[in-house]
Amino acid sequence: MEEYEMFGYYLDLALRSLKRNRVLTALMVLALALGIGATITTLTVLRLLSGDPLPQKSAQLFYPQVDPYPAGKPFSRSGQMPWLMSYVDAMNLLHAGKAQRQTALARSRVKVMPKTQEGKPFYADSVMTTADFFPMFDAPFQYGAGWSAADDDSRAQVAVIAGFLNDKLFGGANSVGRMIRIEDHDFRVIGVLKPWAPQPRFYGLHLGGRDYGNGEGVFMPLLGARADGIGPSMMMSYGPGASMEHLETSPSIWLGVWLELPDASAVSAYRLFLADYAQQQVALGRFQKSRTALSGLMQWLRNEHVVPDDARLQTGMAFGFLLICVVNTVGLLLAKCLRRSREIGVRRALGASRSAIFGQFMAEAAIVGVAGGALGLVFAELGLWGIRHQPAQYASLAHLNLPMFLFTFVVALAASLVAGLLPAWRACAVAPAPQLKAN
Amino acid sequence: MEIRPILTSLRKHRIPAALIVLEIALACAVLCNAVFMIGQRVADIHWPNAIDEQGISVVTVNGADPKLAVSDIPRNLVALRGIAGATAVAAATSMPLDHNGALSDFTATPNGKTTVNTSIYFLGSGGEQALGLHLLEGRFFNAEEYADSGSKDFNSTGHVVLITQSDAQRLWPGQSALGKTLYTNDTGWTVIGVVADVLAQDPRFSGPGGRYSSVFFPLHPDGVMGDYVLRSAPQDRARVVREAAQLLGKLESGAVVDGTTYADMRTDYFADTSSMVWMLVLVCVVMLAVTAFGIVGLTSFWVGQRRQQIGIRRAVGASRGHIMQYFQTENFLLSAAGVVLGTALADGINLYLMRYYEITRMPWYYLPVSAVALWAIGQLAVLGPALRAAAVPPVVATRSA
Repeated sequence: MEEYEMFGYYLDLALRSLKRNRVLTALMVLALALGIGATITTLTVLRLLSGDPLPQKSAQLFYPQVDPYPAGKPFSRSGQMPWLMSYVDAMNLLHAGKAQRQTALARSRVKVMPKTQEGKPFYADSVMTTADFFPMFDAPFQYGAGWSAADDDSRAQVAVIAGFLNDKLFGGANSVGRMIRIEDHDFRVIGVLKPWAPQPRFYGLHLGGRDYGNGEGVFMPLLGARADGIGPSMMMSYGPGASMEHLETSPSIWLGVWLELPDASAVSAYRLFLADYAQQQVALGRFQKSRTALSGLMQWLRNEHVVPDDARLQTGMAFGFLLICVVNTVGLLLAKCLRRSREIGVRRALGASRSAIFGQFMAEAAIVGVAGGALGLVFAELGLWGIRHQPAQYASLAHLNLPMFLFTFVVALAASLVAGLLPAWRACAVAPAPQLKAN
Repeated sequence: MEIRPILTSLRKHRIPAALIVLEIALACAVLCNAVFMIGQRVADIHWPNAIDEQGISVVTVNGADPKLAVSDIPRNLVALRGIAGATAVAAATSMPLDHNGALSDFTATPNGKTTVNTSIYFLGSGGEQALGLHLLEGRFFNAEEYADSGSKDFNSTGHVVLITQSDAQRLWPGQSALGKTLYTNDTGWTVIGVVADVLAQDPRFSGPGGRYSSVFFPLHPDGVMGDYVLRSAPQDRARVVREAAQLLGKLESGAVVDGTTYADMRTDYFADTSSMVWMLVLVCVVMLAVTAFGIVGLTSFWVGQRRQQIGIRRAVGASRGHIMQYFQTENFLLSAAGVVLGTALADGINLYLMRYYEITRMPWYYLPVSAVALWAIGQLAVLGPALRAAAVPPVVATRSA
């Protein structure tokens, strides 16, 4: 009980002292709030960018790479593996079926023609892929379902569309069985997705298009879409005779392949299979290099530096700024405390213990911290509002969430208590006698 | 001004003095690097581009039937030429900075090796004038070359090419590029002209080597051309692009038509760069303000604590100027220590960033410049408290505190 009373007393003393120097207090709170606001804003963005796009599944998803590039014309100067796969390699891996699930995909911008008379054609981001895409990536369906492996082989003209496209074309009604005109070909809608947009769009890296932001509108079977002449957004060639029309036989890489491997033994088995495959291709004369790679989802995102450098630099700078603000608060708190050494002397002479003095000053620092945190939250909201109005592709996603909200106060309190330690220690070191003598 | 008494006095206030030094050092380190990054980004935003950026507008037509391109493109061009104020009109496959990269390797020998990404542009008849290319050597394409050209898988089936000055110097250093043959694998094209540097379609993707590596091929009307380039006086461009987009919207009702001025296209490409610049500027300003307030706060406290000392000094003959000078010199010394520490820190941060990010070595002059800036801010911040100190009357010395 007494402890609580003492704490209340320290708070009262601290508030009185803060009120006595309004300008100095305002400066401390403002500086701390600015530092915290900047740090939380940039941290929120960084967390958003570097988060796990598929937390429940990412540990089982893997990205294989092989290298069909000729030795004399490597994919990159620094020895990077080619980002994508050729059609032949992708199909060989898919047909081998060595993983629990496997899919190949490419991204494309497609023209969608509304059925209504006055409707104007528009472009939508799309994915050309294979049947396993939806169960592998846990894509949730509002209506209908994805297509089957048989639909892949028969080049079925079917499509899964995103909820927002369903709203735009069919007013949000169950559109399964309706037709949609894509690139001047008719596709039958067989599924409508619930809102779904993994951030970042891990499966679309290096396939053209954006890594963050809204998801794709249309999903089509790879072979069916290719039969209609729909081409990928990204294509890189490694030999003569590359052709946009005959991508299936062209020396070009344009597909990303994903595997679902449930456990470590499946991963090591696949590694062996992939190495064997590359050796085989070398023996066949298709490859000149037998190197392969198999990366987990999060590793793949890290390898490919999906988080923009600017976001990291901003966070670093914000922490530098917060450090300056904390040093500033230390200085100002210390100034206040040294100015009051006479008062401390009196309190010590009247019997206050060192720990009481220490508690009083820490309480003062804590009040500054909480006030700084509250104001910092306002600054962070302001900063995030600013970021939402930026042209960056992730802009619309920048919102403060509950953990970040709590983190704000922890950071503020920690920063102010750290800032308060030195002044509080100096204050409790004041000896009672000399201060009284001076009076 | 005697420095020794100041140093003696500072030795008595080691911790507050150290805090000011530390704050100035941190501010200096962050400021140097931030200003350096701002400078680099501003330079990026101002990459020169030798086309008529102020006069060009672009209307893109996507999803038109490629089989009808041979008849539709000439029809569209005729219609566009009718727009008042449009001085040149042409079709093209892509524009600098439109993100729509078509890249390949070009070498001076058959099947040669290169690590440069070169942007490929196909121009329809009159494209050189519509873009406003600056011819440095040779000539533009003639009517025959336009008629005798095609595109297969983004390779020109023609026989001639225009290259940029950067590529001419890179591929044939010290020689004239005119009449030389440019190769992709074993296919060659004769260089008939050299133009001033035009930016790549996506210079950030192409990298520093590919930024100004661009080639131009002639092309008769073809389905791969989706851009209509219009040139006009800068004051007419907004109206010209609006009318052109309306016109093409009617003519190509099955396609998606978008019009924009080239100035907007450029702004768009650098939008995230300029927002980063503003962010950095904001951080610098707020950081300097916080540092200045910190100096004001600590110095005010010092002045308050030494009122009696100041009174004594005034009583024994020191002028207001002397008192002012005392605090200014004190701040100067603290700033000096902070700046020395700060520049070392700034250099260290730069070295660290170079290892992990695409950042170059900071030129040495950033260090003295930001040092001077922090000195100036320190002096400005100390002015208020110093004036208050100077206003302390000598009579304070006679009163007990």
